[in-house]
Amino acid sequence: MKKKVFVSFAEAVADIPDGATIMFGGFGHAVDKPQNLILALRDQGAKNLTMILNGAGGAGRLGIGALGGKPFTDEEILQENRQVKKAICSVPSSLVMSKPNAFEKQYRAGEVELEYVPQGTLVERIRAGGAGLGAFFTPTGVGTLIEKGKEKRVIDGREMLLEYGLRADYALIRAYCADTMGNLIYRGIMRSFNAVMATAAKVTIVEVDKIVRAGELDPEAVVTPGIFIDRIVEIPGERKQ
Amino acid sequence: MKERLDRETIALRVAKEFEDGWVVNLGAGIPGLASNFVPEGKTVIFHAENGVLGFGGVPSTPEEENPYYLGANGLPFSALPGMCFFHHADSFAMIRGKHIDVTVLGALQVSEQGDLANWTFPERGIGNIGGAMDLASGCGKVIIAMEHVSPKGQLKILKKCSYPLTASRCVSLIVTDIAVIEVMPDGLVLKETAPGWTVEEIQALTEPKLIVSPNLREIEL
Repeated sequence: MKKKVFVSFAEAVADIPDGATIMFGGFGHAVDKPQNLILALRDQGAKNLTMILNGAGGAGRLGIGALGGKPFTDEEILQENRQVKKAICSVPSSLVMSKPNAFEKQYRAGEVELEYVPQGTLVERIRAGGAGLGAFFTPTGVGTLIEKGKEKRVIDGREMLLEYGLRADYALIRAYCADTMGNLIYRGIMRSFNAVMATAAKVTIVEVDKIVRAGELDPEAVVTPGIFIDRIVEIPGERKQ
Repeated sequence: MKERLDRETIALRVAKEFEDGWVVNLGAGIPGLASNFVPEGKTVIFHAENGVLGFGGVPSTPEEENPYYLGANGLPFSALPGMCFFHHADSFAMIRGKHIDVTVLGALQVSEQGDLANWTFPERGIGNIGGAMDLASGCGKVIIAMEHVSPKGQLKILKKCSYPLTASRCVSLIVTDIAVIEVMPDGLVLKETAPGWTVEEIQALTEPKLIVSPNLREIEL
């Protein structure tokens, strides 16, 4: 059987090519972001990336979503390093209007593309992609700029928009603990986009606080079944939260 | 200058709308403050879109804060008996699937028909939709908690929203620093006024013609 445990973040992201489509897990908080995989991807340098993620980054620099307002790493470092061509997301700009993030600066300058997706539609498109579904109809976005160019249909007396499933080449996600088979458990609010994106990429890479032997996780408690996971990296002690 | 209700008092008035057993999602800003004012004797279950139901208030000391217990507003929450966690697809299934009884949101503009604009304005050139479109179109009831006019004095309750919409015909109640207004099929009904404010003064800060409720009264706190 293929070995899933990788020894370093660099090794885990080494084969990501220029032009890849990548899902980045998390809602946007310090504990649900794959911070070490993001750093490794920045150092690896792949360019012209399409990112599928909730927020395009910048909250980490402001410490929004971390205890005590402590800054943390998020996808903004990939924009600063000019690795991003396009973002598909629900929160592209800074949460503090007076402190714009790298993505919105590049968007205003016409250097990156943006596809706005309402948060619930975004996660459902990812779920659909991972579940082998082509598309679905949702009432979210009807009567707004989101409906532009989309097929509309009345279902159960309500107008709905056709939204397509999303898949990616890679998903970089975060969990609390993995066993060597890739089964994952989470803590608190860590599941967010992580547990959904795990299902929707050709290669899903997870960073975890610890890795245990198969058999050590309670099968009743597993949230993400191991078949969704391809690569696992444990965060070294000195870099744990 | 007449006195306006402060942010906490707006939130307190909003919380009076909560019914026992309701599942409630609070947006950032004034709406979030409503968690402090759940009426005595009522229990509501708070939902945060990043995957938690049934959480409690902000811990009183930093030692009690847990890095895995952070709400969608970025603030730490405490555990309550019966709290549970789930992923984002389940979280928005709850929202679109009408399992959330009420969401309280802020607004940049609200129209006479109950249209809501709260995610951006044209001059910004970009904006954050986040979960607002799903919440506004998916929850059982949408209450708006906001200041009646913008900091620059622009009217926010309008015949038609000029900013990009979050959802159309979704708002049922507007609670501001000077009035409580219900969105009805035939127009906006002024139900309550802040102490010292007359109907004429509120109408002057509201573009659509207000229908004055026969039971008009001062806001009860």
